[in-house]
Amino acid sequence: MLKLFRFLKPYKSPVLGVLVLIFFQSISDLYLPTLMADIVDTGIVKGDINYIMQIGGLMLLVAAGGTFCAIWAGFLSAKTATGFGKDLRSKVFAHVQNFTLHEFDHISTPSLITRTTNDITQVQMVTLMMLRIFVSAPIMTVGGVIMAVSKDARLSWVLVVAVPVLAAAILIIVSRSIPLFKAMQAKIDKLNLVLRENLSGIRVIRAFNRIEYEHNRFNDANLDLTGTAIRVNRMMAVLMPIMMLVMNFTTIAIIWFGGIRIDSGDMQVGALMAFLQYAMQIMFSLLMVSFMFVMVPRASASAERINQVLDTAPKIKEPAQVKSAGSKRGFVEFKDVTFSYPGAEQPAISNISFSAGPGEVTAISGGTGSGKSTLINLILRFYDIDSGSILVDGVDVREMPQKSLRAKIGFVPQKAVLFTGSIADNIRFGKKEATDEEVRHAADTAQAAEFISEMKDGFAFVIAQGGTNVSGGQKQRLAIARALVRRPEIYIFDDSFSALDFKTDAKLRAALKRETANSTVLIVAQRASTVMDADRIIVLDEGQIVGVGSHKELLQTCEVYREIISSQLSEEEIA
Amino acid sequence: MSEVKREHRPFMGPGRGRGVGPGAGLSMMMPAEKAKDVKGTLKRLIGYLTPRKFQLVTVFSMAALSTIFSIFSPKIMGKATTKLFEGLMLKLRGVPGARVDFDFILHILLTLAALYVASAFFNYVQQFIMAGVAQKIVFDMRRDIDDKLSRLPLKFFDSRTHGEILSRVTNDVDNISSTLQQSLAQLFWAIVTLVGIIIMMLTISPLMTLISVVTLPLSLVATKATVSRSQKYFSEQWKDLGELNGHVEEMYTGHQVVKAFGHEGESINKFNAINERLYVASWKSQFISGIIMPLMNFISNIGYVFVCVVGGIFVTRKAIEIGDVQAFIQYSKQFTHPITQTANIANIIQSTVASAERVFELLDEVEEIPDRDDAKAIDFPKGRVEFQNVKFGYKEDVPLIDSMNIDVKQGQTIAIVGPTGAGKTTLVNLLMRFYEIGGGKITVDGVDIRDLRRGDLRSIFGMVLQDTWLFNGTIRDNIAYGRTGATDEEIVRSAKAAHADHFIRTLPDGYNTILNEEASNISQGQKQLLTIARAILADPAILILDEATSSVDTRTEVLIQKAMAALMRGRTSFVIAHRLSTIREADLILVMNHGSVIEKGSHKELLAQGGFYADLYNSQFTGASLEKEAV
Repeated sequence: MLKLFRFLKPYKSPVLGVLVLIFFQSISDLYLPTLMADIVDTGIVKGDINYIMQIGGLMLLVAAGGTFCAIWAGFLSAKTATGFGKDLRSKVFAHVQNFTLHEFDHISTPSLITRTTNDITQVQMVTLMMLRIFVSAPIMTVGGVIMAVSKDARLSWVLVVAVPVLAAAILIIVSRSIPLFKAMQAKIDKLNLVLRENLSGIRVIRAFNRIEYEHNRFNDANLDLTGTAIRVNRMMAVLMPIMMLVMNFTTIAIIWFGGIRIDSGDMQVGALMAFLQYAMQIMFSLLMVSFMFVMVPRASASAERINQVLDTAPKIKEPAQVKSAGSKRGFVEFKDVTFSYPGAEQPAISNISFSAGPGEVTAISGGTGSGKSTLINLILRFYDIDSGSILVDGVDVREMPQKSLRAKIGFVPQKAVLFTGSIADNIRFGKKEATDEEVRHAADTAQAAEFISEMKDGFAFVIAQGGTNVSGGQKQRLAIARALVRRPEIYIFDDSFSALDFKTDAKLRAALKRETANSTVLIVAQRASTVMDADRIIVLDEGQIVGVGSHKELLQTCEVYREIISSQLSEEEIA
Repeated sequence: MSEVKREHRPFMGPGRGRGVGPGAGLSMMMPAEKAKDVKGTLKRLIGYLTPRKFQLVTVFSMAALSTIFSIFSPKIMGKATTKLFEGLMLKLRGVPGARVDFDFILHILLTLAALYVASAFFNYVQQFIMAGVAQKIVFDMRRDIDDKLSRLPLKFFDSRTHGEILSRVTNDVDNISSTLQQSLAQLFWAIVTLVGIIIMMLTISPLMTLISVVTLPLSLVATKATVSRSQKYFSEQWKDLGELNGHVEEMYTGHQVVKAFGHEGESINKFNAINERLYVASWKSQFISGIIMPLMNFISNIGYVFVCVVGGIFVTRKAIEIGDVQAFIQYSKQFTHPITQTANIANIIQSTVASAERVFELLDEVEEIPDRDDAKAIDFPKGRVEFQNVKFGYKEDVPLIDSMNIDVKQGQTIAIVGPTGAGKTTLVNLLMRFYEIGGGKITVDGVDIRDLRRGDLRSIFGMVLQDTWLFNGTIRDNIAYGRTGATDEEIVRSAKAAHADHFIRTLPDGYNTILNEEASNISQGQKQLLTIARAILADPAILILDEATSSVDTRTEVLIQKAMAALMRGRTSFVIAHRLSTIREADLILVMNHGSVIEKGSHKELLAQGGFYADLYNSQFTGASLEKEAV
């Protein structure tokens, strides 16, 4: 938590302002009872109405001043805390944008999302609370003690007893209930899990006729949660009455001992009344401080997670010396490339060598986990390799700026990701300044024009977040159009036709052929019809090349290839 | 002087959501959603409370007692102060033998102590009982929802996201729970306190009461003004926050694409733009909502000064006692709190009613047609299935299937073929009676499926679908799901038949391995083997299989094929087919597109027809001959 406060630096003066203002506000709050004491001890005792009116006016002024300070402090603290949140958010987001897939794999995407959104909001909230309450509580406590002692030092002994008792009571109850709260949260999660499983498995549950069984599972979780919730709330039920009792008995003690001191002439009635108010102020401040025990641990867990993100340095760095590609266009070459994911025992791909040039279609095939997608990700330099080298246009990808490397490539990922915005916006994601004509042409080639024209707003149709309002096949075609509009040197299709029906698939490939005639094309696919026509098929198995050649050649020589194909085609079709 | 009651709300809340101590005031600033039918919803909500009438009455009387006892104390304490002051004044005037009457004061203090203890005790008992009542009501509510969910047709689940349903059981029920636990008693407390204080003040001095109450309209106006202003910024803040979260989610999940297309810069720019808007809306909303406390304090201080001054003057004129002034100081300080709190709670209750309405909406959904009382049973199912003039459509005005007739004999295999998204699950939905047909009838072994109990009907079928559903439990339990009371031996036997035994034994805990929440500790193919084992254990007469094994490595796929073949032997099987061999050897092929069955027949017949199937077949399995057409 403290580590994050380095981002508060630009807010030094407002924070200072808050401290000063709250100090003055506390003084005004503390001064009021003293003035009241004056009314009683001087005004009433002497029957001086004028004096009472005067002091009354002064009290109003002091109260107004205090309010003014409080509002101004509120203004500064609101601006500081939300500004701090803004800076932090922006810093984290920009930092994450530099992350490579490494870091995304390491922390996991959902967790990164929570860290950028909820965690920062949490920290911002607590910062605001701190500026509002935790600053004023200690000032009030100390100020209250000073004023109380100045009113009557001997009577302050009552406080020396009462305050620790109150603190101990709070501590005991809170420390007992925190584990219960944690247990309750775990049980809520459990209940949600059962329910989620019930929803996602509804067909299976009903098919196997296990409704009763699921009922019992839910009931157990429900009962368990209810039991804990009752215990927690009963525990918390003790807190308020106990605190009230401690405070009220403190009051009684003050009146009793104060009365004795008044009787002996050591104290005045007004002073006693003021003392009572100070005692309450001290104890309330103490209560406020105890909030800290609840809020800060929660926020510091969030802060820790944020720090972890900020402390993670991207593994891939821009080259110190940039090499230019020269005049070569569209050449991809792997030279004895080996790569393992961090922490993996075995390399994901090893000793891969091949090259591809413009006008050629290279297909990469193999079973799941054979390393196809990994290989593709390496060309885009989403990961850095362990040994060997990958050359694009004759230059090692590690010696090129990442941006200019990726500018050469039109990439269609396995999972077609679209963004909120119109269809045209999504296609233009590939090339910002593409004309309407270019966008339409790309859509046409990707076999998307037909369904787009059937949509209500055509190219202006707005895709919802996560692309939930278009089908899987439509998403894939838009993702392909997005890559096509770039007219890149190198096309990479990572299993990008899987959601298309076979007819569309065939039409698309035919149209692509014309479009990509002068480019280098790399296709990852398992479907026989997709790979069959490639100039070169690379067959991967467990990260190694087990065959390179044309469809016909591989059928003769490569066992793995035959296995893949034969699961899809019948014997006579293969031949 | 003891304004102890001001923060009545247990400061930790039930540990979630709203109302953590001093921030609690914020909830009033946010615009609450409104229920459509407040009266009706409230009535039903009260329906949940009536079985616990007795406890609730106890709770409220305890709360009333606790409040009344604490309201009395300032007045009584004032008497002690008066006595002190009187003694002092006598002394000052030099009356001989004058001293403070400590016996009287002791008596008063003891009374006070008793009052305090009683008030605290009643407060504790009230909260203690309420904890039980509130949680049990919520328990009932959750149970009712779960019961209801089990009686709802599949139609309901298919037309809603899981998140939507989940949020009713969690967020909405939680909201109701904390309102019951805290806000209800607080509202009651606030009202009793307000009324009580006014009565107490009137008994002491009507004139002084008038002076204290002067500030009342002021605090009402101030509360209203700030609340209505801050609500605007709060809704803006929520909107911006939603937009920001959406952007973060998109950019992070689509990170690979953002990088591949070099869009990092634009993404950051957009983020910063939203972030800036969020910042403005949030500091404004925070600032305005933060004003209310100092403002209320100020108003209460104005009252305080008035009481001091006017009270002081009255005392000098002997119109009232000094102790009364002290009591008034306390009362007027307590005054503003119930008011802010009532405004706060009114808002909370509003959102609670909205939550309750959503829960009741769910409870009111149309249920499945109940099973017939005189339901028939098929003791030894053989597996003959007939469709007679079956009509069906998901929407009434969009018929998908119009008068379908098929006759499947025992042991036959029916292949269902079609492009992705062709609606192949429709058939599953009808066979298992997840959906009701619009006309005609479906019979199993000659019995209309509507004459069977749903449970009995479904136990005739075994289902292996592509989206393997496994739950958070051991592998053994997941397989045993297929049949209640299966022995260990039977479980292992079916795992062996499904070619799953081997991989299960390689896991660290074997059959006792617990599948984690996403079942990500075994591979997709292994999951499929487990669901096959489950179906084998269930030993159904009719099978529904999905052949798709898209994300499975070649070796596991071979195992799955073998396991499925073993499973299909001798059983009537409906197969959502992907493999040519299955399709060609099927007794009947149903070709589906856009949800309806467009062709049916054997492989040869359909090829001869030269329709959709022939087209599909050629494009899918011969790969050639399409180029011409596409160009």
